[in-house]
Amino acid sequence: MVLINYISSLLLIIGGFFFLAGTLGLVRFPDVYTRLHALTKADNVGLGLIVMGLAIQAESWFVVGKLLLIWLLVMLTGACVAHLVAGGALQRGIRVWKQ
Amino acid sequence: MQTLYLTLALFLLLNLGAGMWRVLRGPTSADRMLAVQLFGTTAVAILLLLAQTYNKAALHDVALIFALLAAVTSIAFVRRAWPNRGGKHGTD
Repeated sequence: MVLINYISSLLLIIGGFFFLAGTLGLVRFPDVYTRLHALTKADNVGLGLIVMGLAIQAESWFVVGKLLLIWLLVMLTGACVAHLVAGGALQRGIRVWKQ
Repeated sequence: MQTLYLTLALFLLLNLGAGMWRVLRGPTSADRMLAVQLFGTTAVAILLLLAQTYNKAALHDVALIFALLAAVTSIAFVRRAWPNRGGKHGTD
């Protein structure tokens, strides 16, 4: 039981780190495309790690399935939104950032 | 473990606060919508952590609704509410 606690804590903390990376990208990156890149990937990985950390502590398989389902839904919507926003931004003539 | 869950939830909440900066600052409305996407993902994570902390399974359903609503909001923004400044592709 103690080992499971350690693994879970580790996964949760790494997940929090990925969330921090996503937020930093959103705040610091120069244009909408790079922000999209930081946000939709890093946050989904962070959520996945947090879901894993919670799932190995869950008391029933039903809860595990539900957590995985939530993660899948968030990943799906993240991918859809990234495509839509990037396509829309290109169509509306927002310039791609160049050094 | 409870302490870790709550600390992590607080940390994610602070992340949301940092994301608010982009809402205030963002040069285009797309940047502001990206902050909404951040809010959706982070809110789901916070709700899952709270569900585990307080042992309330109902919060899982709330997280599911949040994930759905974030998607609907962003898609509605892109398809309907995004001002089309170029104008060469019509109203789409």
